[in-house]
Amino acid sequence: MSLLSKLKEALVCLKAGRVTLPYPAQPRPVPAKFRGRPIFDAAKCIGCAGCANNCPAREILVLDVCQEIRILKYLGRRCTYCGRCAEVCPEKAITMSDQFETATPSIGDLQQTLELFMSTCQRCGRCFKEPTPLEQLKLKGYRFDDLANERWIFRSKAYLTEEAAVDDMKIELD
Amino acid sequence: MLKTLCQKMFRRSLWVYHANSGGCNGCDIEVLNVLTPYYDAERFGIKLAGSPRHADVMLCQGPAMRSTAKALQRAYEAMPAPKLVFAIGSCACGGGLWYDSYNVIGPVEKVIPVNYYIPGCPPRPEAILYGVALALGLVDKKTCPQHFRHPVLPIPRYHPEDLRGEGEQMIYEKMDKV
Repeated sequence: MSLLSKLKEALVCLKAGRVTLPYPAQPRPVPAKFRGRPIFDAAKCIGCAGCANNCPAREILVLDVCQEIRILKYLGRRCTYCGRCAEVCPEKAITMSDQFETATPSIGDLQQTLELFMSTCQRCGRCFKEPTPLEQLKLKGYRFDDLANERWIFRSKAYLTEEAAVDDMKIELD
Repeated sequence: MLKTLCQKMFRRSLWVYHANSGGCNGCDIEVLNVLTPYYDAERFGIKLAGSPRHADVMLCQGPAMRSTAKALQRAYEAMPAPKLVFAIGSCACGGGLWYDSYNVIGPVEKVIPVNYYIPGCPPRPEAILYGVALALGLVDKKTCPQHFRHPVLPIPRYHPEDLRGEGEQMIYEKMDKV
């Protein structure tokens, strides 16, 4: 009886054939609607920083170097590929690609940095000062994230100042 | 250099130790998925070891938490000398969504040195296999940092210090007509 069941099991296994995926040798297509690494298109990006405001992992950093240049840096290390940045982008500059083979020996390989030209409004510079304190709390205008330490800073100003905003907040992670 | 070292040191088979330091269990399931016959990581000689003392590779999932950082460090120190650490998932690579929470120290590289990163939330089983194959030198790396910049600014620079108020209006003194 037990021998018979073993034989039956062997038959089932033989019938199934080879089930192992020949993955690293052959490419494996992704399923439909798969969200992989977001790709930033610098030609389409207008630098509104909507993606940075919407990112739940806070890993799109925005730094205004001067009036004209805004640096948008996507770190890629704690990205959950939720696709909210691509959803909110008004210019469809962010596409969720089907790249999943992003394993790397150094995490800096996943970064994408855009140095964007920001045109100047001849009347107001860039942004009006918000009238109420509640509106001033919203992230608008000039932003000063810490690109060197890859830190998102909850701080933005309606005007560009000389001193950096990095020293305003001390976050001790250790 | 790391790749050649890996090929030299880990030519036979890798015994992996599966360390979860406070993740959500998603990456654990994907790692276990890789060990099933469908993905079959055993054809690369990968075998799950129950103890860090028997392991060559540590698969870290989840961020380094305040409560588990010491245990993670002890598990790392218990592994025999040529050892690799894989950070699997966006929590282990960068701290995850709650990287700035009070109980999260951050990515596991704050506690132990990490050799390979496999981002994703969770990474596909294929992505984990790809990372393993990358460590074994079977495939090439496909990512590199990208930097884009405008070579020249299309209009002349604007200087906010040239703004002066005049009654209700703001007047820009040196305006270049574009």
